[in-house]
Amino acid sequence: MGSAPSAAAPSVTPQPDAARESGTARGAPALTAAGLVLLRDLTLAFRRRGELLQPLAFFAIVTTLFPLAVSPELSRLREIAPGVLWVAALLAALLALEFLFRDDAHDGTLEQYSLSGQSLAWLLLAKTAAHWLLTGLPLALIAPFAAESLGVSTGLAGVVASVAVGTVCLSLIGSISAALTLGIRRSGVLLSLLTLPLSLPVLIFGARATELAIRGLPYTAPLELLAALAVLGVTLAPLAAAAAVRISLE
Amino acid sequence: MPHALEAENLQLWRAERHVLRGVGFALDAGECLQLRGANGAGKTTLLRAVCGLLYPDAGRILWEGGDVRADLAAYHARLIYIGHEPPLKPDLSALENLRFWIGVRQAVPRPALEAALERVGADRWSRRAVRTLSAGQRRRVALAALALLAVPLWLLDEPTTNLDADGQQLVGTLIDEQLARGGLVLAAGHHALRVAAARVRSLELPLG
Amino acid sequence: MSWTWFHRLGSPPYVYGLARRLTPWFAWGAGLLLLCGLYGGLVLAPPDYRQGNDFRIIYVHAPSAWMSLMVYTTMAVAAAVGLIWRMKVAHAVAASCATIGASFTFAALVTGSLWGVRMWGTWWEWDPRLTSELILLFLYLGYMGLRAAIEDTQRADRASGLLAVVGVVNVPIIHYSVVWWNSLHQAPSVMRLGKPTMPPAMLLPLLIMLAGFTLLFAALLLVRLRGEILNRERTAAWIREALEA
Repeated sequence: MGSAPSAAAPSVTPQPDAARESGTARGAPALTAAGLVLLRDLTLAFRRRGELLQPLAFFAIVTTLFPLAVSPELSRLREIAPGVLWVAALLAALLALEFLFRDDAHDGTLEQYSLSGQSLAWLLLAKTAAHWLLTGLPLALIAPFAAESLGVSTGLAGVVASVAVGTVCLSLIGSISAALTLGIRRSGVLLSLLTLPLSLPVLIFGARATELAIRGLPYTAPLELLAALAVLGVTLAPLAAAAAVRISLE
Repeated sequence: MPHALEAENLQLWRAERHVLRGVGFALDAGECLQLRGANGAGKTTLLRAVCGLLYPDAGRILWEGGDVRADLAAYHARLIYIGHEPPLKPDLSALENLRFWIGVRQAVPRPALEAALERVGADRWSRRAVRTLSAGQRRRVALAALALLAVPLWLLDEPTTNLDADGQQLVGTLIDEQLARGGLVLAAGHHALRVAAARVRSLELPLG
Repeated sequence: MSWTWFHRLGSPPYVYGLARRLTPWFAWGAGLLLLCGLYGGLVLAPPDYRQGNDFRIIYVHAPSAWMSLMVYTTMAVAAAVGLIWRMKVAHAVAASCATIGASFTFAALVTGSLWGVRMWGTWWEWDPRLTSELILLFLYLGYMGLRAAIEDTQRADRASGLLAVVGVVNVPIIHYSVVWWNSLHQAPSVMRLGKPTMPPAMLLPLLIMLAGFTLLFAALLLVRLRGEILNRERTAAWIREALEA
């Protein structure tokens, strides 16, 4: 089929209407768009405050398991504290990942993002930032209390810093695997299988920074390696996540 | 002069099924094409292929003569796609949903948002959580997005589903206005669209 | 410069035929090299002055470990080609690599563990090489898990291909972080492979084994690739002709 082009047919661009012109332009600035995506996710999370506590409660419970399983002696707990804190934080962050994109994939929001004319990677970075503000940052803030319960009372600033930077990396790595497992039923175990091997460097550097901080030694070297991973993640992970989201929409 | 939107010989397989078998059409400014066909004939697939979500195994989509794959973001900035279910969050109000949805694409002042919601008859419930709204009311929120977003290409999947007679008339009016502005509309669905008939053509998709 | 060779590689019937013709060459080559390498390694090479005959497991362990990485890289490169040029045959190559690579990784772990029994007296030691190898096995398992979880072949191809690319970017980071971690906790490993002081009588069989394993991988890959192509193109007309030929 197809109709013969006629000279009388109005051309699509340029538009005579002023409102049309704003539509054919690239639209809202990227920064505004990302800000709205962030604000939207924070608003949504705030509407369901109860769910925000779940990863934190999980983190608290896992750290409680160790004194019960190992020994209540603080001297022994202090020795394993960095490992306990980091494994618990890793698992809590992993638990929260399943919800990162799931609802947005289900209700068509991700589809609209990918058709928005904005860079999908950029919008997903904003979503990941919201996810970190809602899970990583709170985990970092309660980590000192968990550390206290394991007999650690020194170097808590280092504990907060390393968990904060480490969870940035975890959220970014997780955004890739969460996007890859979109549309898969019962994806929880698979999500862990994809995320955990990629998270090992974060675990190694994070636990080392925490250990040095607790012992009162300079911990900037591992923290800087962690920060380097975070920078690498900010530049590359959203691109991979965007590609994965597009694949899930096909 | 090239057509505004043209699809050339689209072929698409889903697993073993050959869903689109050489579909093609051309659309000029101010025209509406209605996609018809039995369930499973590939109406939604064609819409999703035209907006660039699906990658056809063969064939091209041309916008003003250029392959849309050359600059997808620029092409996407010119279209809006509304699927079976409007992309709304149950926990947000209609107004908030619309603000976030449209705001990501273009700056919209609040009065314009409210005016659009009023236009689709949503002013009385625009601050209620979408969770409490009926399917037809959610559709109307999507219509408000159409009224707000100034883009030349509309891709609508079953735009009149769940709407009452008044709502169906509203869809027709909105499409008429879009065509009068020189916009293009591609709509999938069986219901006759209540628009000026001369501008509507239809494309029947055979069941593969 | 003509690009026809590249386009031909995108055609399943052509690749199927090519794979069928090339398989025997690689298989016989691999068999020959492996026999020579094993004879050289197990019979001709002198015993190590410290490890005696125990070191001879290196002739299986080192090539397996080498192949585990090389197959992963091949898989990622094939997946990237498939993603960028939407080439179905490249995805079939990537999919064929996974099981082979996971098997080499598993073999490297088992032989490393056996070696460990004689060297350290334990089945498992948190040695950086073995640890990296274990993580590589997890990466393979994740890839295979993702493939298996997605029903649609095209989506499975693209999603798992992306994972392979992400994985290959991460492999060096993981490896160096594991080495760094290990250097904090214990003295460098006793298991030094391919040290430059190795006498030629020991080194030569190792190099022959490496070449043999590489050809073995190529032969296995071609066999699996044919199966993969047959499965993907099972409705296509050329399959019947190919099977009758």
